[in-house]
Amino acid sequence: MLSRAADSLYWMSRYLERAEHTARLIDVDLQLRLDQSPAAGSGRWLGLLEALQVPAPENGAIDAETLTHLLTLDRTNPSSIISCIAAARENLRQVREQCGSDMWEQLNRLFLQVKSTASTEAGLLDSYVFFRAVQEGAHLFQGVTDSTMSHGEGWHYIQLGRFVERTDSVARLIGSHFNRLPHPVDDQAVESEEYLEWVGLLKSCAAFQAYCKAHTAELRPLRVAEFLLLNPSFPHSVRFSVDMVHSALRAISELTERKAEQPVRIAGRLRATLSFSQIDEIMASGANAFVDSIRWQCTQAHSAIHQIYFDYSVESALVA
Amino acid sequence: MTMPESAHPLSRPPFRNYQFDSAYDEMFESPGVPRPHYRPLFQTLLDLPPEELRKSQQAADLSFLHQGITFTVYGNSEGTERVFPNDLLPRIIPHSEWRKIESGLTQRIAALNLFLEDIYHSGKILADGIVPRDLVYSCRHFRREMRGLTVPRGIYVSICGTDLVRLPDGNFAVLEDNLRVPSGVSYMLANRKVLKKVFPTLFRDYGVCPVDHYAQALLSTLRALSPPNSSARHEPTVVLLTPGVFNSAYFEHTFLAQQMGIELVEGRDLLVHDNVAYMRTTAGLRRVDVIYRRVDDDFLDPLCFQRDSSLGVPGLFNAYRAGNVVLANAIGTGVADDKAVYAYVPQIIRYYLGEDPILNNVQTYMLTDRSQRDYVLEHLDQLVVKAVGESGGYGMLIGPQSTAQERADFRRRIQDDPRNYIAQPTLSLSRAPCFLDGEAQARHVDLRPYILYGENVTLVPGGLTRVALRRGSLVVNSSQGGGSKDTWVLRA
Repeated sequence: MLSRAADSLYWMSRYLERAEHTARLIDVDLQLRLDQSPAAGSGRWLGLLEALQVPAPENGAIDAETLTHLLTLDRTNPSSIISCIAAARENLRQVREQCGSDMWEQLNRLFLQVKSTASTEAGLLDSYVFFRAVQEGAHLFQGVTDSTMSHGEGWHYIQLGRFVERTDSVARLIGSHFNRLPHPVDDQAVESEEYLEWVGLLKSCAAFQAYCKAHTAELRPLRVAEFLLLNPSFPHSVRFSVDMVHSALRAISELTERKAEQPVRIAGRLRATLSFSQIDEIMASGANAFVDSIRWQCTQAHSAIHQIYFDYSVESALVA
Repeated sequence: MTMPESAHPLSRPPFRNYQFDSAYDEMFESPGVPRPHYRPLFQTLLDLPPEELRKSQQAADLSFLHQGITFTVYGNSEGTERVFPNDLLPRIIPHSEWRKIESGLTQRIAALNLFLEDIYHSGKILADGIVPRDLVYSCRHFRREMRGLTVPRGIYVSICGTDLVRLPDGNFAVLEDNLRVPSGVSYMLANRKVLKKVFPTLFRDYGVCPVDHYAQALLSTLRALSPPNSSARHEPTVVLLTPGVFNSAYFEHTFLAQQMGIELVEGRDLLVHDNVAYMRTTAGLRRVDVIYRRVDDDFLDPLCFQRDSSLGVPGLFNAYRAGNVVLANAIGTGVADDKAVYAYVPQIIRYYLGEDPILNNVQTYMLTDRSQRDYVLEHLDQLVVKAVGESGGYGMLIGPQSTAQERADFRRRIQDDPRNYIAQPTLSLSRAPCFLDGEAQARHVDLRPYILYGENVTLVPGGLTRVALRRGSLVVNSSQGGGSKDTWVLRA
């Protein structure tokens, strides 16, 4: 497969995952605000911006309308939903011959839908419908991809992109959540105002119902952290995402028959870390340090993939 | 006895506002009397509620939009992707007419290939004075780098899309040969797909020749050109080289690559080492044998042609010269579709094949000739002037529809550089019914069949019928507000 094509599939998938993540975060946040006093909610905007790595507007305006627009329909913000979906589509458009027409049509339709929302006066008046549509559109695309594309090399790059992005964004979200806690985490069930914050965290990872099924609706910070970081079977946990990154990398390495030990090794080490860590140890030495280390290794894996499959030097390839 | 007004077919929808003029009408031999091969379609349209057709048109438009069947318009700051308008009413060509087109185009591609081989080698036709030497050497697309270079099977043009028009006398004539990187074939295939959905019964009853095997035929043509020093064993590696996502025909490039199951590459995916071309894959470098390039000569190799081109591959020409990779079409084919050289094609056919041309040319004034130039300059308001090296409807003047300012502009340009322009009479292109604003309206059309030349010459029975959608317009190019419709070549 062409290196450029692999690169485009990888980035297409990352951008789409990012759009879905952003849509879910804002959706959850707006819902949560309805149950909170205005004062309690205002501090969370900055947290949201931090979790999405978007710089706050220069004029300091942090009202719901400005920020929602900035994060959804603002083409000048490269991380807004519309920018991410446009970038995903543009990447797929550059490798259209790699995927079936069903996949392309689904992504194109999602793009046209978001674009038409951006161009109408009403815009985000019905924000709930919009954020649902983005998430559903992304899910539908994944479903079409899984059921129509051969699970060969190209598909593995799509998996890789999705789960590298997910590892990073979930880790960042957990990090920013713990940053904002006013006091050290204990293992008591949380209550009232704080309860809503923890529900928000779980819902932002699409994890609330799955958590309740595993641990009942009693929210204990350590259990929540454990669930989101270390659960092996929940698809939005960090551990699950790292497992998927690792297996995609192994598959690619076998399919291309290249001696590409470095990315597999980095992902393997990360995988081992998450498999054998205990949540109380992590918390004792600082959740933030742990999350930062995961994100750092994730970046390492990304660079290694880039160097070995997408942008290798011609000299090294000619020798081989 | 006169027919009651209501019974006359042209007084009923969707034909109530259908107009006739001096042009040949594809559907009607005289007002209200359809030609035999158009009768079933005519009857279907009379029976069908216009609402049905309108719904089908909407469904078709939406399907084109969702599939992203778009082209890019240059010179428009929007930099926009636009849907290529598709018209629902098929253009129907009887088998006997198609046979003539087929033999005429086969003859033409054979002669043009012999011409190219000749001018890039011994130049007999120039020595014999059939085609003026300075005309060929002054052509912008003449590539002296190609002198003495032998191409596989002696085939320079293996993919060709020739523009035909039907004149008022009912005969087809060749308007332009597109021998460089002709486009549009994907629309032929996409239109067919839509029409089969809209008129399934009519389509079946008509007995229409299929076109779906085009991609396969193209692939075998390209494989037949495998280079003399191929790495390959049995199956050469074929790729399609695109200028990239901003090219107006990008949709077509992806479509053809996908249909043929070959890699779609950009210049940055290829590299040349020791005169061998490789593509950069995730599994390392892989050798490339045949490149179906949709990049113009100028941009192919910055070492050899335009230096600042980033679309091409440095060293590609040397690899080509060394016989390690084949380009289709060959470099320098544009000399044979230069609009001034076009005027000599009938002589070219007679010279190499000893036959009379089966398809006629359109009368063409050579502006390097003083008396012809004077005539043209005096009649600019009646003629069409075209730049010899342009295509796609860019750089032309349509006399009867031009402003005095435009004519003055062209007059100056012609006087400055007469070799760069030719003039032709304003042709009355034939008209065919199109479904516009809920009814059938007559619009001018042309026809571009696609000719493949590998082991032998193949024409897929059909082509792209382009439509000038603006009322009265004679320009069918997609960049100038044209659309297209499906072309049905009948089996018998």
